Amino acid sequence: MTALVGTVRAPVTISRRYLAAGTFIGLGLINIFVFGFFAHRGDAVFALSLPGATPHVPPIRTPGAVTAYVAGAISIGLGVLRAVADLPRWGKRLSIAVVLLCFLVALLSWADAGNSVGSLEVVDLLQGTVTASIPLVLGALAGLLGERAGVINIAIEGQLLTGAFTAAAVASVTGGVWYGLLGGSLAGGLLGALLAIFAIMFLADQIIVGVVLNVIALGLTDYLNNRVMGPYASTFNTGNTFGTFKIPVLGNIPIIGPVFFDSNVFLYITYALILVIQIGLFSTRWGLRVRAVGEHPTAADTVGIRVLWTRYRNVILGGLVAGIGGAYLTVGNVGFFTPDISSGFGYIALAAMIFGRWTPLGSVAAALLFGFSFQLQTELSVLRVPVSSFILLMAPYVATIIAVAGLVGRVRPPAADGKPYVKA
Amino acid sequence: MSEQHETEPAAAPAATATAPDAGTAAPGGPGGRRPLTGSLIIQAVTEGHSAVITILAVFVALMIGAVLIVASDPVVLRAWDSFSYAPATALSATWNSVAAAYSALFEGAIFSPATVSAAFHGGSIAAIFYPLSLTAFEATPLILTGLSVALCFRAGMFNIGAAGQWIGGALVATWLGYAVNLPIVLHAIVCIIGAFIGGAVIGWIVGELKARTGAHEVILTIMLNYVMYNLLSFLLTSHNLMQAPGQTNAIAPNIAGNAMLPHVGGPPPQVGVGFLIALAAAAATAWLLSRSTLGFEFRAVGASPSAARSAGINVERVWVLAFLIAGGLAGLSAGTIVQGQTAPLTFNSYGTYGFDGITVALLGRARPLGVVLAALLFGALNAGGTVMEAATGVPFDVVDVIKGLIVLFVAAPPLIRLLFRLRRGGGAGPQAVTSQGWSG
Repeated sequence: MTALVGTVRAPVTISRRYLAAGTFIGLGLINIFVFGFFAHRGDAVFALSLPGATPHVPPIRTPGAVTAYVAGAISIGLGVLRAVADLPRWGKRLSIAVVLLCFLVALLSWADAGNSVGSLEVVDLLQGTVTASIPLVLGALAGLLGERAGVINIAIEGQLLTGAFTAAAVASVTGGVWYGLLGGSLAGGLLGALLAIFAIMFLADQIIVGVVLNVIALGLTDYLNNRVMGPYASTFNTGNTFGTFKIPVLGNIPIIGPVFFDSNVFLYITYALILVIQIGLFSTRWGLRVRAVGEHPTAADTVGIRVLWTRYRNVILGGLVAGIGGAYLTVGNVGFFTPDISSGFGYIALAAMIFGRWTPLGSVAAALLFGFSFQLQTELSVLRVPVSSFILLMAPYVATIIAVAGLVGRVRPPAADGKPYVKA
Repeated sequence: MSEQHETEPAAAPAATATAPDAGTAAPGGPGGRRPLTGSLIIQAVTEGHSAVITILAVFVALMIGAVLIVASDPVVLRAWDSFSYAPATALSATWNSVAAAYSALFEGAIFSPATVSAAFHGGSIAAIFYPLSLTAFEATPLILTGLSVALCFRAGMFNIGAAGQWIGGALVATWLGYAVNLPIVLHAIVCIIGAFIGGAVIGWIVGELKARTGAHEVILTIMLNYVMYNLLSFLLTSHNLMQAPGQTNAIAPNIAGNAMLPHVGGPPPQVGVGFLIALAAAAATAWLLSRSTLGFEFRAVGASPSAARSAGINVERVWVLAFLIAGGLAGLSAGTIVQGQTAPLTFNSYGTYGFDGITVALLGRARPLGVVLAALLFGALNAGGTVMEAATGVPFDVVDVIKGLIVLFVAAPPLIRLLFRLRRGGGAGPQAVTSQGWSG
């Protein structure tokens, strides 16, 4: 059956080439006819350094409408090129990146053209993007650690939530944020272990267990918050947070420094985990074995890989990673736990993982896209763009749908994903 | 809707150990001799028949819930502090706390003995059935969202988007409810059809995009949920769109009285036409899945898309139609709420119906009858949980945990067998469902 699934692929009814070309041209038309036509007269100002930053970079000024027209023209050009020529793989990827960039530039030019409130704070936007995507990246990494070994992890949301709760409680009781980080991670790992036990030992449907763990995590944290954390907030919810740590030399580089090298420890942990998991999965013996277990457990078993042990280990590792993401939500960000603080990040992380085709770097790119959209919405409402904030909030999700449908298309999960392994 | 005689397509791995299966696998019945009913029952109990597993799962979940109830009761905790010299006090305090909470839960969901004696002394007889009507009322939207998720499961897809489809239905039903003037009965019918169509459109978008571009339905449904949450808030906060006149909050106008679904006796919440619509939808879904050609195609695609394609089934068409109907069912769920309650649509009316639909579908093993029973169980827990919270101060969150635990244990029959030392039955045992990983 596995072989069948591999060979009989769904014939996609519209050629991907024309779909991508159409999407490019469509976005280009939006750039011209929406952002260009409706832009106010005047310049769009992109501030490239935070107010009072030492190496001050002068802001960029561009005429708003003209910028949008140019961006639209580039997109349409690339769309036509994509339709007539069969680009190499890197060319396709580059064209997608350029078209998305054009779309953003046009959008931002429209938003800031002739704006009296102020200029667009590019550094703030990028900084917010990076920090907003930390829990998404960690959640997506947790998901793919499990799924690469063949266990679907929908419990990311629950792992983030329990991680956040435990981190806040432990950090408050012990007074040490590091203990909070550790506690949050372990709590996520515990949920991962539960998922693993039910999915691997008791052969329960992995999607059911994941969904249910989310329900239980939400119920339990709400309950404990009502009963313990709320009434005794001075003991259990004091709101400790990590301070920021600027990396000596790198942190002083203009634009890049404040965005990537001037944050709290969670960002650096995230860098490390992305690197370790990407290299680990695709360039080490461990990764090869994990992927073998996720693609063809019987074959892996035949050559002596311990399938169930690999799965246990990966799901629990994933839980630990998601727990760190949860800890970020409290001790790394706002400090205090509030009910349902993860508010769907786990599901967005899941989408990011699928969007990123079950690879760490792909997931990071998808998570950054979401993070960027969240932060963009904040920046645009600061600029008092005359559009309802709900429409702005909707935009990232519509953009994802367009991207998934128009540019990414069919993705292929690990072949044994979600299927319990029973030794014959 | 005889679930047990449903013929699964050949490749279907979801083998539910229903009574006939357990009978054929029985060691006591070789040579075609039919075992006696009594021995069948005993055998079902000792081997962990799926109904027995479910009952035991509910029992274990209630036990764990009891721990939470005790842990949240300061009286009991204080009694346990002095356990060493007054153990009886601690134990009786524990028992009292749990018993009070669970009897309140039972009285709120099934029936309360007090109402019976009241009826003998000139009280209302209808009051006896009030808790049951609350249960049915709570179960109504869950049956429909549960069917929505279950239908997609049977076609091999995961519908996380019942919430978004719910909003689609709610928007159309509400708009038809206040903006159009129609005679009684007709207005309600138009609105409920509108609710179906509103949800079906959102579901159709998912199916169409999946079929045409290969995009993954999990991403599409999650994203559409967020789009719909924000669309709802946007429409309800815009003066010239759907906001009630003179309001500053995100709230829609009241729908016309003609558009309300009538209630069978008494004011809401009472068993209304909504509940009957939900039951009819369950029957229709059962017929569709087990008796119609389209339903056979759904199940074939759900069992193996590639095999279905080789057999000449148009897989893309199945994806589109399954999501279209599933969306419609979620929309109907919204219709029963919008037209069944006196409160107008607000920015958070969608509540947790969509996500509860997933748990209900999983507990009901994606079978329509199972979904109805699961929704009734959850409805009873919801109805009773509210009463329990009011009467004993035990937070409603305990009920949410119990609901989750029930599904968790039902999904893991080996664990329940281990806990209660049940023998392993013949065959694979009740395999819980449905989902075939992501590949759809």
